[in-house]
Amino acid sequence: MSKQRIVVVGNGMVGHKFIDNLINHEDADNYDVITFSEEPRLAYDRVQLSAYFSGSTAEDLMLTSEGYYQENGVNYVLNDKVVSLDTSAKKVVTASGREEAYDKLVLATGSYPFVPPIPGKDQEHCLVYRTIEDLEAITASAKESKTGVVVGGGLLGLEAANALKNLGLQTHVVEFAPRLMAVQLDEGGGELLRSKIEALDVQVHTEKNTKEIVAGENARYRMNFADGSFLETDMILFSAGIRPQDELAREFDIKIGERGGIVIDNNCLTSASDVYAIGECALWDGKIFGLVAPGYQMAKVALSHITGGSEQFEGADMSTKLKLLGVDVASVGDAHGRTPGCRNFVYQDTVNEVYKRINVSEDGKTLLGAVMIGDVEAYGTLQQMCVHGMALPENPEALILPAVDGDAAAVGMGVDALPDSAQICSCYEVTKGQISCAVQEGAHTIGDVKAATKAGTGCGGCVALATQVMNAELENLGVEVNTDICEHFAYTRQELHDLIRIGQIRTFEELIEKHGKGHGCDICKPTVSNMLASLWNDYILEGSHAGLQDTNDYFMANMQKNGTYSIVPRIPGGEITPQKLIVLGQVAEKYKLYTKITGGQRIDLFGAQQHELPLIWKELIDAGFETGQAYGKSVRTVKSCVGSTWCRYGVLDSVGMAIRIEERYKGLRAPHKLKFAVSGCTRECAEAQSKDIGVIATETGWSLYVCGNGGMKPRHADLFAGGLDDETLIKYIDRVLMFYIRTGDRLQRTSVWMDNLEGGLDYLKSVVIDDKLNVAEDLENDMQRVVDKFHCEWKATIEDPEKVKRFRTFVNSDANDNTVHFVEERKQIRPATEEEVVKFVDASSEVEPA
Amino acid sequence: MSWETICDAADIGNGLGVRALLNGEQVAVFRFDGKLFALDAIDPFTKAAVLSRGILGDLKGQLVVASPIYKQHFNLETGQCLEDDSVSLKTYAVREEAGKVQLAA
Repeated sequence: MSKQRIVVVGNGMVGHKFIDNLINHEDADNYDVITFSEEPRLAYDRVQLSAYFSGSTAEDLMLTSEGYYQENGVNYVLNDKVVSLDTSAKKVVTASGREEAYDKLVLATGSYPFVPPIPGKDQEHCLVYRTIEDLEAITASAKESKTGVVVGGGLLGLEAANALKNLGLQTHVVEFAPRLMAVQLDEGGGELLRSKIEALDVQVHTEKNTKEIVAGENARYRMNFADGSFLETDMILFSAGIRPQDELAREFDIKIGERGGIVIDNNCLTSASDVYAIGECALWDGKIFGLVAPGYQMAKVALSHITGGSEQFEGADMSTKLKLLGVDVASVGDAHGRTPGCRNFVYQDTVNEVYKRINVSEDGKTLLGAVMIGDVEAYGTLQQMCVHGMALPENPEALILPAVDGDAAAVGMGVDALPDSAQICSCYEVTKGQISCAVQEGAHTIGDVKAATKAGTGCGGCVALATQVMNAELENLGVEVNTDICEHFAYTRQELHDLIRIGQIRTFEELIEKHGKGHGCDICKPTVSNMLASLWNDYILEGSHAGLQDTNDYFMANMQKNGTYSIVPRIPGGEITPQKLIVLGQVAEKYKLYTKITGGQRIDLFGAQQHELPLIWKELIDAGFETGQAYGKSVRTVKSCVGSTWCRYGVLDSVGMAIRIEERYKGLRAPHKLKFAVSGCTRECAEAQSKDIGVIATETGWSLYVCGNGGMKPRHADLFAGGLDDETLIKYIDRVLMFYIRTGDRLQRTSVWMDNLEGGLDYLKSVVIDDKLNVAEDLENDMQRVVDKFHCEWKATIEDPEKVKRFRTFVNSDANDNTVHFVEERKQIRPATEEEVVKFVDASSEVEPA
Repeated sequence: MSWETICDAADIGNGLGVRALLNGEQVAVFRFDGKLFALDAIDPFTKAAVLSRGILGDLKGQLVVASPIYKQHFNLETGQCLEDDSVSLKTYAVREEAGKVQLAA
């Protein structure tokens, strides 16, 4: 059977989704696919477009890559727009004259920004906000401007206003309607949003109809309004809504709606046979859907129809929850209460600036819609109640009243009532049933649930609701989650950390006497010792601390399978002089150690017996080395690429920054090991995005990525902040690390820690950047105390003969450990296998009698 | 029974262990909760002589040492492994006499 040819016009988010679904379809081999884009790059994340202004690069925003398309046999043509369509001959023609025949045609042309027909709108600094090229133009314009106006106070307009504000412009929003976000919000909500936004120094002008744009007196332009007033500005950004990009269909006789949009049926088929339209260019039941989720749904439906499936598009819930200029905003269902007979409840708190309204049916039994500003906690529940038409509780107002002690279940009450089919995570289409199932199979923390189901790993909007579902299921199962650290302390690591910090406790004995029982064990002792070290940074072999240490910490080296140790001196940033390299070689040769380069750009020396450790370290310290703390649950290395000093592409001095960071945080003990990296440009040769703390140089400063890791479950780090100068970068890293040290669980890496923070990345940002908990200064002080008390543990040890004595292999003999045997492999030693050891022992016993 | 002195009492701090050679056998000697204990120093699971370097603690009322390699626990008094009934370590008599630690030879 010859393959069917599918042509996809447009490679935006929805066009790409269609292709991605096709690639992963079981019948993928039956189809050939080619996609055309008029833009110079493949699909990128337009929803996150504003991240471009907080440090994300075009690469960060990419949803796919040319490599991925090539690997999967997807043909693509960039910079070439489809301009002609022949539905009877079934072919398309591009601007460059390329002809392409199709069996199935998918129009995913998206939309374009609507610019009102105002005289003067086509001048140089009058821009729109839709593509990466638009963002580049806005950035360039902002450099020559002091003030900026966004025309349009809708969702996108406010995002654009945020962008202008971040670019340092005095920002205004001009809106034709009497309030902001008129589509999603009622009057009360719009008013509160306005006052919150104005408090951020963004001026809002409502009920303004721009008549013309002329030359200004004090700024580049003057906008004259119909009511006679005016506003002067250096740049204007139009964000007054979108219009479907339907010209291809319009010109070539495919049915178009009265006000635009390519008419589609429930299969996403247009009026022309074998032609589909999906995403923002499509008109279904008289409606254009300007959100990405319904577009994705259409992509699924169109593919289903092509491959003989039965999925139908049946409209989409347009509820939204988002953060605009730092303000939480949510709108659910019929937000305006336009349903006949609708009644409503309003909760307004002008002290904390919270507004919530729910609209309920005339009989008071179902929820029709809701508006929330300032506190959107209940969004998940309300949205589900609305979509599933669930019965309202007896006192519906409880849904929006603040929870008081003992009544905290008020908001969560809806979860039990949800059907198993209720979709909790719309990014990954995870249902309540799937989450419950994961919990039954052992996922008992939200981090586990995320890993098992992917719920909450897209936009993160559903994490609170997913947590409620998980808790409800745990309760149903009768699972009591015991978070005690061990039988000696009925506390979590975080609670113990607080007890130690607030009680100024300096020893394990004091802690177990005051807050625990028994003698301790191999769980709590190292954990407590680690916390004492990250708070007070006392010498770990001093006094009673010594018995708390894992063997690695006690011998300050890494125990290997045969009881010998490996040694990793610190090589900050991976930079080392030839002289020091020679010393490492000489020491390794003298003590017959196996040498290997580590993943963190250091050198590991293997095979030292315990009594050799102080001798080896004496030589290393004399040569200027310090302990590398590879043995601790602590900061390991800061990997770096060579950076702007040598590299043709380098933007900033990554080695210099890596060394500065490593010197600052070296030896810092934490709930688990910490790995860092610094890349000198966005080519990212240091692989910073796979680290707990990753720093990448950009044209505007450092981008900080947090909470990534390699290992068993690799996870990319998330962009935390961009455009940072050196001092701000260090400040943020201080705060993130100390907050992790305070609140992380035992042996919990940063990625899992963040996944388990309610509110995830946004919450972490609010703590670290906005100082929501008012602890930033405290965290910095804690860090400074640890930094100030840094000492090389090996130096302290070899200077104290009593401590050196502890490294003796035998207290009563100078003999070597006769269980340790090495053989040679590739010109170095390695531990002998069990069979080889047997041979050794036999041989030696044969020799002995002679 | 003869006693062999292995070190000074001060050489074994509370909560810590040392390793001694006794007639060619490696012995782990610990001081914990005010008492001395002595066990075979070789971890039966890995054949590495590491037990003197394990962390001491109590689990469900028994004083134990945890192997630093795979963390099995051994009862300090009986040598019994808590995770595997079939595994038990040889124990040695140990005492403190006139400021010296001694093993029964």
